[in-house]
Amino acid sequence: MSEAPPKIRIRGLSKAFGTKVVLDRLDLDVPAGKGFVVIGGSGSGKSVLIKCILGLIEPDAGTIEIDGRNVLAMRRSEREAVNARIGMLFQQGALFDSLPVWENVAFGLLARKMMRRPEAKPRAVEILAQVGLGPDVADLYPSELSGGMQKRVALARAIAARPDLIFFDEPTTGLDPIMGAIIDALIVAQVERLGATAFSITHDMASAQRIGDEIAMIHKGKIIWQGPADRIYDSGNPYVDQFVRGKSEGPITMEVRV
Amino acid sequence: MSALLDLLAAIGRGVFGLLSAAGSVAVFAAVALSHVVRPPFYPRLLARQMMEIGYFSLPVVALTAIFSGMVLALQSYTGFARFSAEGAVATVVVLSITRELGPVLAGLMVAGRIGAAIAAELGTMRVTDQIDALTTLSTNPIKYLVVPRLVAATIVLPLLVIIADILGVLGGFIVGVAKLEFNPATYMQRTWEFLEVQDVVSGLVKAAVFGFIIALMGCYQGYHSRGGAQGVGAATTNAVVSASILILTFNYVITELFFAR
Ligand SMILES: Nc1ncnc2c1ncn2[C@@H]1O[C@H](COP(=O)(O)OP(=O)(O)O)[C@@H](O)[C@H]1O
Ligand SMILES: [Mg+2]
Repeated sequence: MSEAPPKIRIRGLSKAFGTKVVLDRLDLDVPAGKGFVVIGGSGSGKSVLIKCILGLIEPDAGTIEIDGRNVLAMRRSEREAVNARIGMLFQQGALFDSLPVWENVAFGLLARKMMRRPEAKPRAVEILAQVGLGPDVADLYPSELSGGMQKRVALARAIAARPDLIFFDEPTTGLDPIMGAIIDALIVAQVERLGATAFSITHDMASAQRIGDEIAMIHKGKIIWQGPADRIYDSGNPYVDQFVRGKSEGPITMEVRV
Repeated sequence: MSALLDLLAAIGRGVFGLLSAAGSVAVFAAVALSHVVRPPFYPRLLARQMMEIGYFSLPVVALTAIFSGMVLALQSYTGFARFSAEGAVATVVVLSITRELGPVLAGLMVAGRIGAAIAAELGTMRVTDQIDALTTLSTNPIKYLVVPRLVAATIVLPLLVIIADILGVLGGFIVGVAKLEFNPATYMQRTWEFLEVQDVVSGLVKAAVFGFIIALMGCYQGYHSRGGAQGVGAATTNAVVSASILILTFNYVITELFFAR
């Protein structure tokens, strides 16, 4: 679809937990420098997919290439170098609740020795400003913030080390529609500023339209459709159609047992 | 016949489960130990854990030790009076405290307090993806979370037990002098007379091992917890129960190593 080599190329990726097959020989190309969104129902394996790419879950089979290099075959030090160029916004934020906001934001900078503590705090305050938070929140703890503010802090932490590939796991889930739109706008702005590739997963169609240039749908462990975001409502694929229109009737049957 | 087979199969499954759990705890411990000696080190986190484990356990351990010393003096006095051996009270108190009650009671109290806290904290971090977040921020969670707790508990428990030993003997002394009307000087002299370095050292070795066990079980259970708040609750209970059982088991083993000949 795209002329440039893909940022991420996944082939034959499989992962099962016990007898439950979550990813089933999944293939996926993620174009570089764009907003890419994977949609799919709850429990369809979207988070597992991201965790496999990040190396947090070891897949049973398959290859994952980032910038043309298979990350699953890398030595630990190489893998760490690749991961240092990646940012991740977790579904629930995953802020460290034992650390104040500024240390959360600066955590990657300090861990990678990109700066020392005295410089890190003013830098964290700058990054917080980019996501619309004032300097007064820097010394608060995550538990003292509202859900929307926590998402902003998590976003600040994800972009702090200027990654060129950023993952967003359901960035708007749990937020009201207005806050969701604000977070999406921040994501688009920051991704553009960094010139990064954004890989998001969501089941929120409004959000998918705002942050996605290209959309893929995951169902039963496979990518069943992939195309430009503006084609999502006339994909011609009955599964996609049912999902994006939120119809209860259609080829997708909800499995009650998980 | 088939009932018997079922029973055997159930026992077999239980034994197998226990062995595989023991194996994965051992692997976890070995991995953690391999990280103790490799940088980066986190002295700040170590200091914080020592404070957390040591300082805040002090009141519980101190109270337990004092009352144990007191009750030991009282019990051994009334018991020994039956064969006119009241003179041995001070010796019995100091030997029991330094060899057994100091380390074991401190270990069990700290297991309840710290083992549970560690499991709850790491368990919460696991189920809220904070442990994964560490990895994505170029930080090894074993080094960052597990190593400081293991090292801190191993260093701090012996220090706590030294204090427990002193307070336990003091508790015995108070009851001995104030209630049982021993002469203070004689009581103290009796305390020192038969005490050997090995008595204290064996207690401190036990304490270090117990500290390691408490932190290990807390970290292991927390690190591997799953399934939300309920999973964290289960991890917490398992950490305390398994640490307590291991403490009592290793208490016997270490005693055997030191004193059986
Ligand atoms: N560590 C794990 N162990 C066992 N099962 C898991 C694990 N992680 C995810 N799963 C299962 O995999 C399936 C997909 O989960 P997930 O990727 O989180 O879904 P979602 O698409 O909502 O993000 C779910 O059924 C979940 O129960
Ligand atoms: Mg998910």
